[in-house]
Amino acid sequence: MFENLTDRIQKVFKNLRGQGKITEANIEETLKEVRLALLEADVNVETTKLFLEKIKVKALGKEVALSLSPGQVMIKIVHEELIQLLTPKDKTANKLKFAPAPPTLILLAGLQGTGKTTTAAKLAAWLKKDGRKPGLVAADLVRPAAIEQLATLGKEIGVPVFRPENGEKALDVCTRAVKTALQNDCNILILDTAGRLQIDEEMMNEIAEIQKKLKPTNIMLVVDAMTGQNAVQVAQAFHARLPLTGLVLTKADGDARGGAIFSITSVTGVPIQFVGVSEKMDGLEAFYPDRMASRILGMGDMLTLIEKAEEVARQSEMTKKLSKPSDFNLDHMLEQIQQLTKMGSMEDIISMLPGDHAQKKQMMAQAPDAKRIKRMEAILLSMTKKERQFPQLLDGSRRRRISQGSGTRPDEVNTLLKQYDMMKKVMKKGGMMQKASNLMGGMGKGGFPPMGGGMPGGFPGGPGNFPGLPGR
Amino acid sequence: MGLFDKFKNGLFKTAQQLTSGLETVLKGGPAISRQALEALEETLVRADMGAPTARAIIHEVEESAKKDTTHKVHLANHLRKAILGKLESVQTPFALPKPGIILLVGVNGAGKTTTTGKLAARFAGEGRKVLLAAGDTFRAAAEEQLTEWAQRAKVEFIRGAHGAAPSAVVFDALQSGLAHGADCLLVDTAGRLHNRSNLMEELRKIVRVAEKAAPGVHQEKWLVLDANTGQNAMNQAREFNKEVGLTGLVLTKIDGTAKGGIVVALAGELGLPVRFLGVGEQMDDLVPFDPGLFVEALVPVEAEHSS
Repeated sequence: MFENLTDRIQKVFKNLRGQGKITEANIEETLKEVRLALLEADVNVETTKLFLEKIKVKALGKEVALSLSPGQVMIKIVHEELIQLLTPKDKTANKLKFAPAPPTLILLAGLQGTGKTTTAAKLAAWLKKDGRKPGLVAADLVRPAAIEQLATLGKEIGVPVFRPENGEKALDVCTRAVKTALQNDCNILILDTAGRLQIDEEMMNEIAEIQKKLKPTNIMLVVDAMTGQNAVQVAQAFHARLPLTGLVLTKADGDARGGAIFSITSVTGVPIQFVGVSEKMDGLEAFYPDRMASRILGMGDMLTLIEKAEEVARQSEMTKKLSKPSDFNLDHMLEQIQQLTKMGSMEDIISMLPGDHAQKKQMMAQAPDAKRIKRMEAILLSMTKKERQFPQLLDGSRRRRISQGSGTRPDEVNTLLKQYDMMKKVMKKGGMMQKASNLMGGMGKGGFPPMGGGMPGGFPGGPGNFPGLPGR
Repeated sequence: MGLFDKFKNGLFKTAQQLTSGLETVLKGGPAISRQALEALEETLVRADMGAPTARAIIHEVEESAKKDTTHKVHLANHLRKAILGKLESVQTPFALPKPGIILLVGVNGAGKTTTTGKLAARFAGEGRKVLLAAGDTFRAAAEEQLTEWAQRAKVEFIRGAHGAAPSAVVFDALQSGLAHGADCLLVDTAGRLHNRSNLMEELRKIVRVAEKAAPGVHQEKWLVLDANTGQNAMNQAREFNKEVGLTGLVLTKIDGTAKGGIVVALAGELGLPVRFLGVGEQMDDLVPFDPGLFVEALVPVEAEHSS
């Protein structure tokens, strides 16, 4: 199993205690570990070499602060350097550009199966949410049913789809879409092209022709997060034929480290613009260098998780109103359950935490699963408002009614009420929503293991709903 | 262009990389320098073999070269032998019994549907009575894509309603297929990332249901792997193997510059044989995997003469 860089480097420095400086001697072994970590993450061999040289220069002779170990200093240097290389020099480089005269064009290119069609639809959904008027152009005439796929997705998100008619070629349908965009109430067009190999001359000519004729403002290469060493070669070949303006990393909800995209951006200078997660239409996120750096080094995507939690916190009004812990009633419990589901599935959340696969599996097994949470919600929703506000009203006959109404067993209703009692007790003692939230986690089969105290950074009065996130 | 040429052309670029690596080594003379071996190791990493496997292979090369008493040590031979050894040790002969089921699984975009279509054409060409089952009821237009493949390959095809439970579709397809005398049943499944436990559970269910629908019928479970995949292929194979017990691999998109060196690592760790290579988007762009040819394309004979 892949170790994360922290573990690797700590191991090296275990035998090198009490050194106040990073020296040539102690750096060699560390660099070896960094090299292996980067190669495991699919960072390209050449990129790895250059990176190690930079790290070496930065690290040599660096004083080690009393509070840190040489290992920690190295990790910091590596992490910071990665972030720096992932951050475009020009701050606006990773934003979509809009053409002075609409329609703005976004051309998507890439190898087969990287996720262009899904990304096209996600981008359209993103733009639509942003108040723009996107249109999708089905220019993949190679893969069977690619057009139907885009048409289906377009329908799902309510975005018009331009489809090839009467023997139109890829360039024809794109050209017609551009000409008729405005009368179809579209001011941004996303051109979904066929997947192609960078060495397929005929197909590369096709897309180069589209670029030459239509001059899209945005040309994005779609890159699968699982790509290996071949990535740079592919990207360079595309870049040579099409002046790429951005990269989209797809399938980032998998457990691939995604080092290939780092190689591409550092070799070509093309910035990463979006990150695709999940197969759902809202699974497109902005790119953050620091998160990507942590991911490549196998340190988990804590920041995305924190951001999600913060977003939920912003949306949560009722929790803030709860001033006295003794006011805590079943309405609040219902709200907490609903917030928990808003953060995404347990799987999504756990996948963003640091830790190896086995640990995550264990967490997954112990976390309250979606079904169970759904059933709890059903029980709470089968109560009257009054019952939720005054749980003491819930006598045997009401409980029976609730169990029947929610399609659950009577003992499930009782368990839920017991959990409520426990939460309330803890809240009275500690007076913090945070603690109650830890208990929320305890509703799972074996109870969620407390992993070192609450949300990192702490969420004062926030949702803090996620059970026992590991502190750092 | 013959299929072998297609495949060999595809591998050409890696072959070049390996060759230049080899030349450096060979130019070093009969004494094998550490530096040269490191360069060679690097070229293997470049082919996505992964650092641990590359290191193990180079170690083997070094050992066997030391024992080599021939006047001029052919490192290329030793390298070829080491890689081939890893692949051949797991490469059992393959023939799908009649009737037989092949279930294609893998992450999104690996090329499962395309591979299913090509396999259909191949088996139909061998005179088998093929049935395609559309087990991907999730991705938009996945069924339409497979329908088109079924028409091209002129084989029977069963699909359910979009969004239907895939296990139910597979159950019906297998039962009705067997009842109608199909002897080669190919099941396409939805792409799923191996770290999504609910989707993996769904896959386990499909396998269970398939066993119920066709009790005693031989079932192959192949992981479809994009040759562009890097080290994550290890996680993919481990997880899919753990969940459903894989019996083989199909390496797709080998017609580009990607080499799929990871199959060497997979052979070593999981003992999974590669069954077919996908070499293009046409129906006949599928070739049975031959470890000898694979290695020959990876480490070409010319490498020796060039020194």
